[in-house]
Amino acid sequence: MIGVISYLAFFGTVAAILAIAVLGLNLQWGNTGLFNGGVAAFFGAGAYGAMILGGPAEPLQFGGFNLPYGVAFAGGILLAALVAWAVGLLTLRLRHDYLAIATFGVAVALESVARNAEWLTGGAKGMRGFPRPLESVFADQFTYNLVFLAFVAGILILVYIGLERLVRSPYGRVLRAIREDEIAARALGKNATRLRLEAFVLGSAIIGVSGVLYVSFYAFISPQDMAPILTFQLWAMLIVGGAGNNRGAVLGAFLIWGVWTTSGLALAKFAPTAVQIYTGPIQYIMIGSIIVGMLLWRPQGLLPERIERTRTGNEAPRETASQG
Amino acid sequence: MIQNIVDGILTGSIISLGAIGLTMVMHMLRFANFAYAELLAIGAYAALVFDRLFAALVPVMDESFGGLSLTWSLTLATLAAMVITGASAVLIDWAVFKRIRQKADALSMVFASFGVALIVRNVITLIFGLKAQLYSNDIAFAMVLSRDPLLLIKPDQVFVLVAALVLMAIFHLVLSRTTFGFALRAVAENPALAQVAGVPLARMVIVVWLIGGAFSAAAGVFYSLTNHLSPLIGHNFLLPVFAATIVGGIGSVYGALLGGFIVGTASGLALQILPSGYIPAMPFLIILAVLLVRPQGLFGEEQT
Repeated sequence: MIGVISYLAFFGTVAAILAIAVLGLNLQWGNTGLFNGGVAAFFGAGAYGAMILGGPAEPLQFGGFNLPYGVAFAGGILLAALVAWAVGLLTLRLRHDYLAIATFGVAVALESVARNAEWLTGGAKGMRGFPRPLESVFADQFTYNLVFLAFVAGILILVYIGLERLVRSPYGRVLRAIREDEIAARALGKNATRLRLEAFVLGSAIIGVSGVLYVSFYAFISPQDMAPILTFQLWAMLIVGGAGNNRGAVLGAFLIWGVWTTSGLALAKFAPTAVQIYTGPIQYIMIGSIIVGMLLWRPQGLLPERIERTRTGNEAPRETASQG
Repeated sequence: MIQNIVDGILTGSIISLGAIGLTMVMHMLRFANFAYAELLAIGAYAALVFDRLFAALVPVMDESFGGLSLTWSLTLATLAAMVITGASAVLIDWAVFKRIRQKADALSMVFASFGVALIVRNVITLIFGLKAQLYSNDIAFAMVLSRDPLLLIKPDQVFVLVAALVLMAIFHLVLSRTTFGFALRAVAENPALAQVAGVPLARMVIVVWLIGGAFSAAAGVFYSLTNHLSPLIGHNFLLPVFAATIVGGIGSVYGALLGGFIVGTASGLALQILPSGYIPAMPFLIILAVLLVRPQGLFGEEQT
C-alpha cells in the first residue's frame, strides 16, 4: 500500500511540476498566440539558475553559493525571465514565426552551454546535491515526499488561480485581441509588441518556476533534463488538454505524463529486449503523432477554450461587470 | 585557420542546398517549417538504400571513382533519392500541412511541423538504428594541399563542392532563363500577385516542394558522403538552414545560397575561438545578429 501511495505521490509531483510549465506555455500560445519552440530552455534556465545559487560548492566550479531556498527560487525564475526578455525583445516585432526559430535556437544554445561549460554547469555529468527545502525537518522520506507533493500542488493552484484571474481581466482580453487580430488591437491604441513581450516573459518565468521545482524535487539537474523532447512533451500536453483553457492545460499535463510513463513501463515490461533499446524513438513517435493528430482532428483539444461573450450596456454578465 | 575556412565553405555549400527550398517554402506558405531539415535525412537514407540495392543488382557499379568514395551506384542512388525526397515532401504537405493550411493559421503549421519532424526523425531511427553509418567503408585519404599552413582536403569534399556549385548553377540558369523560372521567382516573391498574373499557385506549391526536396536530398547525401549518416542530420542542420534563410532574407533564393556559405564559414571560423561543443549554437548567434542589425536579411524586402 505504501508502495502504491509513494509511487502515486512521485507521479503526481512530476506531473504537477510539468503542469505548471504547461500553464506558462498556455499563457504564451493559448492566450497570446506566441509559439515558443524552446520551452526546455526556460525550464533549464530555471533549474540551473536555482542550482547555481542554492546548490553546494563544487571544486573548480563557479556557483554553489548555498544561498537560502527562497533566493535560489527567485534567481531561477529571474534567469528564465531574463532569457525570455532578451529573445522576445529581438524577435517579437518581426514575423511571427521568428520567435519560434529564435526560441528553438535558445534551446540549442543553452543545451550546448549546459553540456560544455563545465566550470558553470558541470557539463554532461550535471550538478547534484541541491538542498531540498526543509528536508531535515521530516523524519522519513515518505512523509517528506507527501509534503513536497502538497507544496508543488499548492504552487500549481496558486499559478492556476493567478492565470485564471489574469486571462479574465481586461489585460487577458487584450492579449486575446492581439492573438486574434493584431492590427485591430493596434488600432484601438494597444501596444501589441509590448504586451506580447510581457506575456512571453511572464509565461517563461512560470516555465522557470517549473524548472526550479524540478531541481528541488530531484536535487539533480543535467543537460538530459532539458533535452528537446521536453519541449515536445509540454506541447503535446497543451494541445491535448486544450490551448487557451487553463484547466485543459493541467488535465493534458497529467494525461500525457500518464501515457508517457505507462508506455515506458509497458515497453520495459512486455517488449522483447530488441525492441526495448528503441523505447525512446517509439515514445517520441507517439508524442509526435499526438501533436499532429490533435492538430488535424481536434485542434481545440479535450477542453476547448471558453470564449466569454461580453455585452455592452446594463445586461453585461456579472463576472464581466465585477472583474472587468 | 585556413583549414577551418575551407571546411566551413564545404559545409556552407551543403547548408546552401538545404536552404534553397526552405526559403521558398517559408515565403510562399508563410510558416517556419521545422520539419524541413528532416528532408536531408530522408534523402541521405534513401540514397543509402538505393546504393545498396544497385550495388547488389549490378556489382560492377560498386567500383569507386579514383580517390573518391563515390560509386556509380551511389550517383544513381542520389538521383533516385532526390526524386523520392521530393515526393516525400509533397506527400507530407498533402497529408498534414495542406489540411492545416485550409482551416488554421500559419502558426498552427509551425506547430504541426514540429510534430512531423519528431515523427520523421524517429521513424528513420527505428528503421536504420541510432548508429552512424557510411556509404563506403573504404578509407578516404585526404590530400595534403599545403603543409604550412597545414591544409588537408578529401577528394570527396572537392567533389561535393563542385557538385553543389553545379546544381546551383543549373538552378540559376533555370531561374533566369526559362518562363518556368520566372514563374517560380514570381511565386516565391509575391504569391498573391503571381496568382493574379496567371501562375497556378497550387501546382507551384507542389513544384517547390519537389525542388526543395531534391536539393535537400543532395545536401543530405553530400553531408553523409563527407561525414557519416545519422538520424540526427535533420536536427543538426535545422538551425543552420534557418540561419541561412534569415541571413539571405526569406524568399530570396540567391540570399539563401549566400547565407549558407556565410553560416558555414562563420561556424568554421568560430572554431578558432570556441570549443567545438559550442558550434551548434553558432547559427543561433548569427540569427540574433541579423535580427538586430538587418531583420529583413541581405536580400529580403522590408516586411512586418
